[in-house]
Amino acid sequence: MMHHIDVSSVLRETLACDLYSNLVTRTTGAAVRGQIEQLLGGDDMRRALTVIDFSHVSMIDFSCADEVVAKLLIRYTSDDPPHEAYFLFRGVTEDHRDAIEAVLERHALALAVEREDRVELMGVLSDDERRAWYATYRLGRAEAADVANEIGVAVDAARETLCALCRRRLVMSVNGEYVAVGHAA
Amino acid sequence: MTHVITVPPSLDDHSFEQVLEQVAPLPPDEKILVDARHARWASPYGLTALLALAQTRTERPAFAAPELEETASYWARAAFFQHAEALYDMHGHYPKRAPSGESNVLLEVTPVTKGEDVHSVVGMVQERAQKIIKNELKLESKAIIGFAMTLSEVCQNIIEHAGQGGWVAVQSYRWTKRLGRRVVVIAVCDAGLGFRKSLESAPGHLPTSRWGDATALEEAVIRGVSRFRDRSRGQGLAGARNYVGRWNGKLSVRSGTARISIVPSWDDDVPLAEDLAPFAGAQVQVIIPEAAPSGANEKDSPMDI
Repeated sequence: MMHHIDVSSVLRETLACDLYSNLVTRTTGAAVRGQIEQLLGGDDMRRALTVIDFSHVSMIDFSCADEVVAKLLIRYTSDDPPHEAYFLFRGVTEDHRDAIEAVLERHALALAVEREDRVELMGVLSDDERRAWYATYRLGRAEAADVANEIGVAVDAARETLCALCRRRLVMSVNGEYVAVGHAA
Repeated sequence: MTHVITVPPSLDDHSFEQVLEQVAPLPPDEKILVDARHARWASPYGLTALLALAQTRTERPAFAAPELEETASYWARAAFFQHAEALYDMHGHYPKRAPSGESNVLLEVTPVTKGEDVHSVVGMVQERAQKIIKNELKLESKAIIGFAMTLSEVCQNIIEHAGQGGWVAVQSYRWTKRLGRRVVVIAVCDAGLGFRKSLESAPGHLPTSRWGDATALEEAVIRGVSRFRDRSRGQGLAGARNYVGRWNGKLSVRSGTARISIVPSWDDDVPLAEDLAPFAGAQVQVIIPEAAPSGANEKDSPMDI
């Protein structure tokens, strides 16, 4: 199942005002995240990929990035998430990057973001995680052995890294195979 | 008895200390007259701090407006008088309305009391800042967004921690004496709780033997500590600090009896000033200078004076 959430529309609904296209203030961020979580659905939801679209957001400050991006990821990568949700970020420009990178760094989080014709990672990842994710992304749909072969590590080590990426919601495990978020979109 | 508080001819964050030193010995219910008749110039910090000063007084203070027409006109354009009228008994002649015309005021003195105010402040400044930062300060366009983010964060500081409203103003001018280049300046002043009291309200706060305004500022500005347990908090000032570092700017935060500064190479301020005259609340100033001419040494920039 796939959702698309236009953050700018959520912002306008949250503020009940068309005047502002900036994601600023912690209160606004918390309200926008609350709306996003509602749109994502409740406990009865199964696995879902959601595109979080910043294309029409002019700017985002640190406090708002913390609420909208970091707290959303923290909740859905926790041991007890409301459901199995994956996120692909779209429309993240240089104007948003500083704030988002800062909060990812603070909480040691990472996300997948669309860049023109490809998907990249932003945030804090180990070298092994990064290499495994890009290998999985290139391969499309892969078993741990394929990824191990691609990055030149033992299969068990590759599997362990892929499991960590699954917990971080950057890779999906589908019938024993792995798919990088973004490749599945 | 009314005590006359003399405003120095040039009023900025440093010379404002002279105002506070005069006010410090007086109880808050003592009547004061803030005499700005001989003032010639005020930075955004000077204007917003004058308003915050009035908020520290329980007896409504009086204010004598600058006598120089040019100065009064400028203060009117910055919307100072319009807010001062609500806080001071005003004396002297000054323009009742802001005269129209070109101005280097990016954001007039604006009250900040709620989240919506931050949205509107950021919205108002964005377009004008774009022109000033790119064309006059000759900084990369990336500096524009960072400027708006910094403005947003320092304004939010009031809402989150002051416990009452404050003031913000943004202005661009040529800083002849200190730098010989143009600067854009954000000033945010409130007379609320201040950093020490805000951090003391944190659950489980245990003050150390050297706890005070200076250590509270070090905790908040340098270590990103906030009164909230949530470790997400405290990022606003950290973001502002990174921004001024990247663009060779200056950040100063004054609260209570101390002031902490991130001092760039072009400035000779001290990183931490203690035992200042007390001033309730928090006063933040961000200065972003024009890009140095290529090859120029920041420290040895040519001065106009």
